[in-house]
Amino acid sequence: MDIFLQQIINGLVVGGIYALIALGYTMVYGILQLINFAHGEIVMIGAMVTISCINFLVGHNVNLSGPVLLTVSIAMAIPVTMLLGYLIERVAYRPLRKAPRMAPLITAIGLSIVLQQAATMIWGKNYVPFPAILPTDVLEIGGASITTLQVAIIILTAVILTGLFLLIERTKLGRAMRATAQSPDVARLMGVNVNTIISMTFMIGSALGAIAGVLVAANYDQAHAYMGFMVGLKAFTAAVLGGIGNLGGAVLGGILLGIIESIGSGYLGDLTGGFLGSQYKDIFAFLVLILVLIFRPSGLMGERVAERA
Amino acid sequence: MTEALLEINGIHKRFGGLHALNDIALTINKGEIYGLIGPNGAGKTTLFNVLTGLYQPDEGKFTFNGRDLFRQKPYVVVESGIARTFQNIRLFANMSALENVMVGRHVRSKASVFGAILRPPSARKEEANIRIRAQELLDYVGIPQHAEELACNLSYGDQRRLEIARALATDPKLLALDEPAAGMNPKETEELKALMQKIRNDGVTILLIEHDVKLIMGLCDRIAVLDYGKKIAEGLPEAVKSNPRVIEAYLGVAPE
Repeated sequence: MDIFLQQIINGLVVGGIYALIALGYTMVYGILQLINFAHGEIVMIGAMVTISCINFLVGHNVNLSGPVLLTVSIAMAIPVTMLLGYLIERVAYRPLRKAPRMAPLITAIGLSIVLQQAATMIWGKNYVPFPAILPTDVLEIGGASITTLQVAIIILTAVILTGLFLLIERTKLGRAMRATAQSPDVARLMGVNVNTIISMTFMIGSALGAIAGVLVAANYDQAHAYMGFMVGLKAFTAAVLGGIGNLGGAVLGGILLGIIESIGSGYLGDLTGGFLGSQYKDIFAFLVLILVLIFRPSGLMGERVAERA
Repeated sequence: MTEALLEINGIHKRFGGLHALNDIALTINKGEIYGLIGPNGAGKTTLFNVLTGLYQPDEGKFTFNGRDLFRQKPYVVVESGIARTFQNIRLFANMSALENVMVGRHVRSKASVFGAILRPPSARKEEANIRIRAQELLDYVGIPQHAEELACNLSYGDQRRLEIARALATDPKLLALDEPAAGMNPKETEELKALMQKIRNDGVTILLIEHDVKLIMGLCDRIAVLDYGKKIAEGLPEAVKSNPRVIEAYLGVAPE
């Protein structure tokens, strides 16, 4: 029972992070029908820049408490990833807007490799430790333990998700984004500058990605130039599981995937008689991806391709 | 006091070998209802798409309200004061009727995209005003009761009205309606006619594509006729109706 509860908590933490990243995929897909495979690298760069900022501030004896230090550093990393997201769309996708779908998919993969390599040149090929600036208190809940960091991750994720949904549902920008997603041509003819909306979508997704990247790095105590690949692929799976293009679906898919993975890996050893350990947890994400693609390609909340005007 | 609102001259549009618009010239005056008719494939909708910036004309002149709109982006055209509806209804199907109209206000609202995120009081107030204005427009076209319904759940006639409300939300000087009466029954057509007259009386010039000859003749101040991408006639409804070239275009030439 304790183990089960423990796995649920771990799953929620990881799942919330997946959800944040999955939103980046799904928002872009909703508007452009494009899988932005470079999004995982945005996540990685968000984490790397934040860690560099923390180290820089600590190195210059800036006397701030851990959480404040982290907040300041994330606030520096977010504009970097937003600019990067903007440039990626502007340079690699916009010129190919009218090209066959395969073309931007290939540039997406190419970009993702370029960004990984650039990151190894800046931060090296080794693991970069996450600075130990955060409190490591552990709380006990019904026999399961949860760190204050994990609590903070869950709360932060919930706040950001709520904020995003308010933005999408209640503001002029969100309305224009939904209109553009439903029919770019009509939105254009109703006076929406569709290119601005697309740029904003990439920038918002990148901001969420940067935060998610930091949370991943903080949760695992390290970052790595290639971390974006696996995290991005998992989040992509979450987006597909929820129904790609559907924001609520991305959140549901992320949390479900986090829990499935966590519970699966927790019991994998017992189930296989110790043959496979929890280090094989990644198989669950991709098992889910394969099953969804076979049995329900439109995802849990996806209504299949609404008629496009 | 006729004052030109829209003037186009020598407009050409080619799609590969097809010369969809061939040397089109039109002048629409402020305050009139201007009809555009012609057989299927004559180029009426192509001309609409050129006028609203969806297609870029190959050559020609296009000025609107003193502003050069030749090859301008659609949102600039909307901002200048041209709004349109579509022959095959194109609403944002999964948004409520009210939200559809609110999208039309986009171009008339000042809040920047960052304002939309940070939501200072001015942005909140503007958002509230957009909502009020959108509801007014639903009243205006006669479907206030459907504000919260999804656009795709509205009846066909109401969807047509909603499209008009959405176009009016952009505060147009020229409202371009592409076959608004298509698929309507006689009663709905009468109501539509009254709505168009009301819109004109409130100071909006109307450009109308329509197949319903009776509606066009009874409503328009002037009419242009397109055939095979060329303007073959223009003038008062009665004159156009008896023009031999128009009769020929619609009915073919009587054998000698």
